[in-house]
Amino acid sequence: MNNLALFHRIAKNPDEYGRELKKSGRKIVGYFCSYTPEEIILAAGAVPFRIFGKGDVSLADAHLQAYSCSLIRGALEDALSGGLDFLDGAVFPHTCDSIQRLSDIWRINANTGFHIDVVLPVKLDTKSSKEYMADVIKKFIRDIEKSLGIEISADDLRASAGKYNQIRAYLKKIYEIRSKNPAVIRSSDVHAIIKASMFMDRDLLLKELASFTEDLQIEGEKMKQGGKRVVLAGGVCNLPDIYTLIEDSGGAVVWDDFCTGSRYIEGEIDLSADILESTAGRYSERIVCPAKHSGLFPRGEHLVKIAKENNAKGVIFLFLKFCDPHSFDYPYMKEMLDKEGIPSMLFEVEDQLPSEGQFKTRCEAFLEMI
Amino acid sequence: MTTEGQAPDPEKEKRKIKSVKKMKEIMTNYYIEAKSAEQTGKKVAWITSGGPVEPLIVMDIIPVYPENHGAMIGASKMGVDLCEKSEQMGYSRDLCSYARSDIACAPVNGGPIGGLPRPDMLVCCNNICGTVLKWYEVQARYFNVPLFILDTPFCHTEFSDEARKYVRKQVDEYIEFLEMVCGKKCDFDRMAEVGKLSVRGQRLWQEVLDTAAHKPAPMSAFDAFFHLALIVTLRGTQTVIDYYTGLLEEMRERITSGISAVPDEKYRLLWDNLPVWYKTKWLSEKFAAHDACLVADTYTSAWCGSLKYIDENDFLGTMAEGYSRIYLNIGVDEMAETVIEMVDKYDADGVVMHSNRSCKPYSLGQYDIQRIVQEKREIPTLMIEADMVDERSFSESQIETRIDAFMEVLKAR
Repeated sequence: MNNLALFHRIAKNPDEYGRELKKSGRKIVGYFCSYTPEEIILAAGAVPFRIFGKGDVSLADAHLQAYSCSLIRGALEDALSGGLDFLDGAVFPHTCDSIQRLSDIWRINANTGFHIDVVLPVKLDTKSSKEYMADVIKKFIRDIEKSLGIEISADDLRASAGKYNQIRAYLKKIYEIRSKNPAVIRSSDVHAIIKASMFMDRDLLLKELASFTEDLQIEGEKMKQGGKRVVLAGGVCNLPDIYTLIEDSGGAVVWDDFCTGSRYIEGEIDLSADILESTAGRYSERIVCPAKHSGLFPRGEHLVKIAKENNAKGVIFLFLKFCDPHSFDYPYMKEMLDKEGIPSMLFEVEDQLPSEGQFKTRCEAFLEMI
Repeated sequence: MTTEGQAPDPEKEKRKIKSVKKMKEIMTNYYIEAKSAEQTGKKVAWITSGGPVEPLIVMDIIPVYPENHGAMIGASKMGVDLCEKSEQMGYSRDLCSYARSDIACAPVNGGPIGGLPRPDMLVCCNNICGTVLKWYEVQARYFNVPLFILDTPFCHTEFSDEARKYVRKQVDEYIEFLEMVCGKKCDFDRMAEVGKLSVRGQRLWQEVLDTAAHKPAPMSAFDAFFHLALIVTLRGTQTVIDYYTGLLEEMRERITSGISAVPDEKYRLLWDNLPVWYKTKWLSEKFAAHDACLVADTYTSAWCGSLKYIDENDFLGTMAEGYSRIYLNIGVDEMAETVIEMVDKYDADGVVMHSNRSCKPYSLGQYDIQRIVQEKREIPTLMIEADMVDERSFSESQIETRIDAFMEVLKAR
């Protein structure tokens, strides 16, 4: 599986890949968060490039307090230090308070081309919010058309949405194969694939995913099962080492509720309906992130459902420190898991594991218990 | 307050604002009425501080403010205990201390007033933060009551036509929600009246704050933190008009008689962010000892800052914009412009910024605001790291040193 090396190379050093793409004449549009309607960026002929940032923050300290999460600090650092100088523009969807303010600070200080705010609705479960979602998507199309000096037709958007449906279907297939037999593929590999898929030229990605998934199915039949089945839950999980540590501690990751995971790959766009409406529909109806509102219990219910469906013995919550929306949901979600007899543990991380030993010890103790 | 056996200091007595007594009476009566709602059969709505209270007044619903409750918890120094309780419930210490202390209060009827009256409904407007959304979800699950969310899209650089349409639609949905919960129709004539009263109240509050433009200032931001409670809780009622009319008169009299908030006001400062509720007295005295008066702040003026978008003759039609464009729901650069306007209006010599761990929408971006203000007005600024309710995040000696150093810079100019 040669493509695995490619996924790892891109996931490990996305900025380098971004620069290569830029040299080949591509337009590259940076974006935050899985709520960015990427389909539109792709339909505009540009490569959507998710911004994760990097560690060793120094320049960003002049703009963001120490009680900001490592994602926004690292991202701003990347922008201010010139790491993202290949971008033609950056897109900020409205999600949490931190990303909201990061957008302002970025617009004032960073030099990454055009700046578009996609001010999405926060509640998603009413008729007027769904209408507003569609209005915002239309506005985003106008904004990006203007910024890139192009026009996006309904057919462009349909073609782009079709590609995303295929990409998401392949990624989901990989998730399903792993859940069936976690020994088939390492979770750090799955993470690298998902992460790389957020930077790659999407046509190349589709080609690689197609052959990779086929190989995976063939190889999968030869290997044995192993490890205690766990589901991971939280926001961004950008630490490949976490997966390795969980597996080394005797765990097998079978599913997740991450925005760098299942929340990114769920939700198909209906290509036969009005393409604008159905694109908007995906963002109103996909699995909700805690910064959005869609009723009082859906996140807890969803977590219980994926834990049960995937036969998980436990759930590991991995939160970025200072992530308010996830921390607010934790007590009720844990309680719902408790009621179902599903044990869980919480671990807060920053851009680096505070102490690998600490996480490993806790992880081993948890896995022994379940 | 005086210690036993000592005669009150006439100098201090002179400076005390007489309206305070009246204000305490109004707030006490308000809480008594709210706490006895179960007996009187009135409905209670919990609402966010930036939320549209006017329709509640029209529907005879008693509005109750968990954020005001948070401030009371902070001021009565009960924050640490309640915050720790919430941490035992599983809430991270990094979360907003208003939310944490209120969430911990609910199951035990704790805090300075034995808990808030049980809500019949929750009204959450996210124009101040995303935290209130999560906080109100927690309380909606706990109390099992209907939750209405007024979603006010963030105005980074504009209030878009799309957003205007969406918020305006939600105003209608809000009224329908209240009609459903109360089982009665909204009286739109009364709505028009309440809207006018709200606008008048906001104008009066602005006039009260404006008196501090006088040198020396008859009131300080610390006074404003206290007198703010009415424009937050009872906006849209005659009570607010009567009270602020009296307060405004008192401020004008103080100007005429030369009574200032700080005895020898030499330095005029602007405060940014929420108060440090458990340290207001200490901070007030600390600055006064340097002959510095905090003459204005971005916080208390937020309840009248978007008046320009509201047409009092079409309150319901224009409140969507008014509520969407408040100070915390706009971009950092526009906030910096507002701060600069205030520096000019109140002729401030410096800006004191509270970097508040509890409030990301208010605090993230402050470093840029600080830089912009310094560049455009060339005045010194001070950043204080603290928290509005959780005293564990307040280092008195460190902050004292920083205030002293900042005042030295000001004095040397």
